[in-house]
Amino acid sequence: MKKWQCVVCGYIYDEAQGLPEEGIAPGTRWEDVPEDWICPDCGVGKMDFEMIAIS
Amino acid sequence: MTAPVVIIGTGLAGYNLAREWRKLDRDTPLLLITADDGRSYSKPLLSTGFAANKDADTLGMASAGAMAEQLDAEIRTHTRVTRLDPANRRIWIGNEPVAYRDLVLAWGAQAVRVPVAGDAEEAIFPINDLLDYGRFRAAAAGKRRVLILGAGLIGCEFANDLLQGGYEAELVAPSQQIMPGLLPAEAARAVQNGLEGLGARFHLGPVLERLEHGADGLVAQLSDGSRLTCDLVVSAVGLRPRTELAAEAGLQVERGVVVDRLLQTSHPHVYALGDCAEVEGLNLLYVMPLMAGARALAKTLFGNPTFVSYGPMPVTVKTPVCPLVVSPPARGAVGNWTVEACGNDVKALYLGADGQLLGYALTGAAVQQRLALNKQLPPVLAELPQILSLKTPG
Repeated sequence: MKKWQCVVCGYIYDEAQGLPEEGIAPGTRWEDVPEDWICPDCGVGKMDFEMIAIS
Repeated sequence: MTAPVVIIGTGLAGYNLAREWRKLDRDTPLLLITADDGRSYSKPLLSTGFAANKDADTLGMASAGAMAEQLDAEIRTHTRVTRLDPANRRIWIGNEPVAYRDLVLAWGAQAVRVPVAGDAEEAIFPINDLLDYGRFRAAAAGKRRVLILGAGLIGCEFANDLLQGGYEAELVAPSQQIMPGLLPAEAARAVQNGLEGLGARFHLGPVLERLEHGADGLVAQLSDGSRLTCDLVVSAVGLRPRTELAAEAGLQVERGVVVDRLLQTSHPHVYALGDCAEVEGLNLLYVMPLMAGARALAKTLFGNPTFVSYGPMPVTVKTPVCPLVVSPPARGAVGNWTVEACGNDVKALYLGADGQLLGYALTGAAVQQRLALNKQLPPVLAELPQILSLKTPG
């Protein structure tokens, strides 16, 4: 499982946790997050995220 | 030759506007001017760099040169605009005039500095941009004890980050609780508990009066008579929108540079975006309004006048030891806080007389409820019907 961080605002998407409130189940891999999904904190798209190391 | 669109500032506002606008207009020349080195970076990540062990060069994502190429723009770095001349549609850099087709002020806000007596003022660091961050990191190398002035959002984020990065952190602020004005007391308490669990020490009530070099580092004298020792000081007492050049040029200025829903200032062809702009009385120093503004203004500059609107805009505060998301009620909103708390998991809802949700603060595990709550929140700046003429009705 990996974590992805928004390069604009720093929001972190954690694959292990998913985003159940938005219908993205825990364990959902980044590539399986819908292409039209947007950052809940700043509104940018998936392309503005980069993978970060697991802390 | 067509005069360029000129953007002053290469922070998140300037670069994101340039990016959005270039998606629509590949031809009009673009000039960005910045007083710093023009590196592209995410400002919110400045308060995450110690825990992630990232220095300024790592947080910098692209050089000015790379950005110029990516945006097909000219970028002038280390350059200070000295005067705006909207009547003649140009700006001045010293004695050099630069003409513009449209001008965008995206020069941000500056850190407030409070005067401190003593002989150690050089050990007080504001951290408001990547260069500040680099200076602070260099000064902090090999040091251990950091005193933070201010217990607002930024002060608390830096405390969490420095503690996770192996530093000691003490915070001094003249308030009764952390993040006053943003959080109800119970939520503030939860975050403070979390930070104290990491080792933070809070001195709420006094201010720093005097800072002096001593035998064992710096001696900080507080207004309540107590004395602390530390190695360096972070100043996080607030930000003030930069407005001086705008005011000198006769543009309307209140807290920020006053703009309408098209982000136009009181002068045609001059716009303001981001931390320096005040939109319908709102000067919000957050990423989400800035991005909403960048997308709307890009269309307006492309010839398609577009009003900016803001949906609900909860703010995620980077205190991972006790996660916090807050959606402060609008100024003038009438209601009451209702709080449910279980340890440091606090769900505080600000409800109007009819039970409508007007704001919230969530800490700990309660932050998971934010998306469901966001759907019930009123927009911060409601959508206007988009009009087809540039003229604003009335």
